[in-house]
Amino acid sequence: MIDVIDLTKVYGKLVVLDHITETIHEGERVVILGPSGSGKSTFLRCLNCMEDPTSGSIIFDGEDLTDMKVDINLHRQKMGMVFQQFNLFNNKTVLENITLAPLHIGLKKIKGREQRAAFKAEVEANAHRLLQRIGLDDWADKYPSTLSGGQKQRVAIVRALAMNPKVILFDEPTSALDPEMVGEVLDLIKQLAHEGMTMVIVTHEMGFAREVASRVLFMDGGHIVEQGTPEEVFDHPKHPRLQEFLSKVL
Amino acid sequence: MGDFRIKVDTFYEYFVTYEGYRDVLEGLKNTLIIAVLGLIIGTVIGTAIAAVRVMPKYKRLPRMLNGFCNGYVALFRGTPMVVQLLVFYYVLLPLMGFNLRSVPVAIIVFGLNSGAYISEIMRGGIQSVDPGQMEAGRAVGLSFGTTMMKIVIPQAIKNILPTMGNEFIALIKETSVVSFVGAMDLCVAFKDIATNSYEFIVPYIAMAIVYIVLVALISLGVKWMERSLRKSDRRN
Ligand SMILES: Nc1ncnc2c1ncn2[C@@H]1O[C@H](COP(=O)(O)OP(=O)(O)OP(=O)(O)O)[C@@H](O)[C@H]1O
Ligand SMILES: [Mg+2]
Repeated sequence: MIDVIDLTKVYGKLVVLDHITETIHEGERVVILGPSGSGKSTFLRCLNCMEDPTSGSIIFDGEDLTDMKVDINLHRQKMGMVFQQFNLFNNKTVLENITLAPLHIGLKKIKGREQRAAFKAEVEANAHRLLQRIGLDDWADKYPSTLSGGQKQRVAIVRALAMNPKVILFDEPTSALDPEMVGEVLDLIKQLAHEGMTMVIVTHEMGFAREVASRVLFMDGGHIVEQGTPEEVFDHPKHPRLQEFLSKVL
Repeated sequence: MGDFRIKVDTFYEYFVTYEGYRDVLEGLKNTLIIAVLGLIIGTVIGTAIAAVRVMPKYKRLPRMLNGFCNGYVALFRGTPMVVQLLVFYYVLLPLMGFNLRSVPVAIIVFGLNSGAYISEIMRGGIQSVDPGQMEAGRAVGLSFGTTMMKIVIPQAIKNILPTMGNEFIALIKETSVVSFVGAMDLCVAFKDIATNSYEFIVPYIAMAIVYIVLVALISLGVKWMERSLRKSDRRN
């Protein structure tokens, strides 16, 4: 689904990603582990070109996203992204957060007034369904500032879902949460995993990683130094850096 | 004290009986029209320039636009408003075949000038919005422009409202330069009363009071707007 070919990212003199080649397959739940500064976020953010790769290619839907001629916005609609800091639109209600992009993008293609109204109703009904799913439909007309962290992150996840993405990228979705709110967010991500959503997840929650991952990548120094099933990576780590990392976090 | 009483009476005579108030009202009207329309034009121009300046600059067009905007801002911030007004009124606009009256010219110049200042205010305001807001917009597939218009700028405006109030106050005070191109303004109106009556103290005090009241009203308005915007933050 996403082919990463010879991806390199350099900030000034710092080589953050060093010639990485990797493929994310449909239906996979890839968890990325690694010490701080190893390039996990950068790798994730290169997948939808939130960071522009210095060199290499990202092939998604048969197109190279690093090609400046490609309409990146079109592809990003199919790649949801969930941030550590939630990044809900502060000036929009919970419902508007979810409907803003689908409406803006969908309405551009629709001419007739009735068709537009019907489309809007459909998008809003879908947003309410998503909010019901996470038990927050009563909050539809409130502003993000009134939500707890866990609620914000769950809204951010359904905001990504509302675009019907083919894949969702999570960058430490629970790291900014109070401990008592981590569970509700992880549960929602696990539900999506059960439903077959393709996901790439950067996380420091090892129990969650083991439970949800179909494949684990361990990054260090801009390389994927080891990968495998959760059992292989957690129970039989081979690379010394991975062994050292696990001994610290487990 | 009796002396001052006479001065007030003299002022009253020239203000009411000899209809000095007409000029004052005319000046007040000009001040408000120029400042308000100048601010509106300036906000539009300033927002556009600020958007260009924070645009990602991979492509050639944004880079060229950015160069143009930099020149524009440098030009209008680097020369006094009076000079700009004189150049537009006597040189540029006539050369281009426009023969506008002084107030419309002043509106244009004030708009262009405050556009340069407001672009800096807006840029600061845009940069004060959490970059995560832009990222989230781009991540759901909205364009830079759409995210800017729908998400970032509405939040930036909230942040810069007090600074914009100051810009408006500065514009109000600066409108007195229109007298250089022959339009009535508060300064000239009161100065005429003073020179005609040979009494300077009271007219000038009155003029200061008019300005102070204007500025106080604007400050109140800005505070009120800020408060109502903050209320929308807590809206449930
Ligand atoms: N915009 C940037 N400019 C310069 N250096 C950067 C930038 N973004 C990241 N880096 C550097 O790149 C390296 C990798 O960063 P990255 O955020 O990808 O690490 P990470 O594995 O996600 O770490 P963490 O677990 O702390 O989130 C770090 O050394 C970081 O300082
Ligand atoms: Mg990171």
